Amino acid sequence: MCLSIPVRIESIEGSEAVVSINGAAYKAGIHLIDNPQVGDYVLLHAGFAIQKISDHEARETLELIKQMKSPF
Amino acid sequence: MKYVHEYRNKELSQKLINKIHHSAKGKYTFMEVCGGHTMAIQKFGIPSLLPPKIKLLSGPGCPVCVTEKSYIDTAIAYARLSNTIIATFGDLMRIPGSTSSLELEKARGSDVTIVLSALEALKIAQNKPDKKIIFLAIGFETTAPGSAVAVVQASKARVKNFFILSAHKLMPPAMKAIVDEGVKIDGYICPGHVSTITGSAIYDDIARKYSLPCVISGFEPLDLLQTILALVHQVNEKHSTVEIQYARAVQPNGNPKAKAIMKQIFCETDSEWRGMGNIPKSKLVLSEKYQQYDAEKMIPVDVEPTISDKGCICGEILKGLKTPLDCKLFGSGCTPENPEGACMVSGEGACQAYYRYQSQTEIT
Repeated sequence: MCLSIPVRIESIEGSEAVVSINGAAYKAGIHLIDNPQVGDYVLLHAGFAIQKISDHEARETLELIKQMKSPF
Repeated sequence: MKYVHEYRNKELSQKLINKIHHSAKGKYTFMEVCGGHTMAIQKFGIPSLLPPKIKLLSGPGCPVCVTEKSYIDTAIAYARLSNTIIATFGDLMRIPGSTSSLELEKARGSDVTIVLSALEALKIAQNKPDKKIIFLAIGFETTAPGSAVAVVQASKARVKNFFILSAHKLMPPAMKAIVDEGVKIDGYICPGHVSTITGSAIYDDIARKYSLPCVISGFEPLDLLQTILALVHQVNEKHSTVEIQYARAVQPNGNPKAKAIMKQIFCETDSEWRGMGNIPKSKLVLSEKYQQYDAEKMIPVDVEPTISDKGCICGEILKGLKTPLDCKLFGSGCTPENPEGACMVSGEGACQAYYRYQSQTEIT
């Protein structure tokens, strides 16, 4: 119940978005995020999108780890 | 799903593991306070990748596990009333109450239905105006905004037969209670999705007053390894600040919209936590303005006396004093099929995580 998963917004109908989870369509509340758009990746938690996932931040973190000098 | 593969990259993981081994100078005990982290740590065998001098403890981060038995007893009492439908997340169905469970009550004829969200419970209320729908509102700061949205929607649509039974709990008071209790830890792996809502400032007190490093972590192997490395660095450098490792999902100020609706609907009160006792200002209940949606205020019910657990050490596990392997019931008298305590029932419980993945772990 407390797990959140990243999902892609496929379409928007009023205050609900249709998202796809393992190929199955599911309706999620989008009351808690600003300016949701089709194609956005969001964290889904207990039926609600709770945050957009930042592409920039994800890539930056990966890049920092790649650049890390290993002592071995 | 986005970034699942990238954050499971073996080469980068090895790089982080090497770095952790190189950086670990003394002994370290870090506590994760999110059931999702507990499950991920066990699933990916993180303890076996770390030097033995780094110990990970599970804390009170599984919302189902910390929900007090008396709450389950109250939900069961409501389930036994005629004209009432209990709408619940599936995780609560098998949690043992004092003498029954919601699953048993359903088998005996009570109307107990599983929902995936608070809005789904509200829709049932709108479709069945002759019934009273009680939504079992559990979870931390991540789930509470959804319950708040449902209450606001019920209010706007003038729905009269929708109620919530709140057990929404707050994470920081429990994190402070753990340290106040005397549990020795060197840093917190802070919950990723709670922080998505709250932002990072809620841990400032813990970092400053308790001198404990706090790193907000994601749930993939690279996330957790990077978080552990950051905690090791903070301990080595003898400073304690709040860092956000999970920056792709957590903004420093959290989700302002979610925080605003929670503030509008709920107020804080003291609360019992399963196995942990009473923790001040650790629970959210509906504020006076929204009391017509509060099941406990609006629907009287007789609840049977709560019978305390026998033999189950969930309470000590939730406080980080013991691990599931210290419990004499673990794996014999208590399994996911026949659970004795909440930590074995929940998919995010420490006991179930250890049970499912113990072959991959090396507990020291």
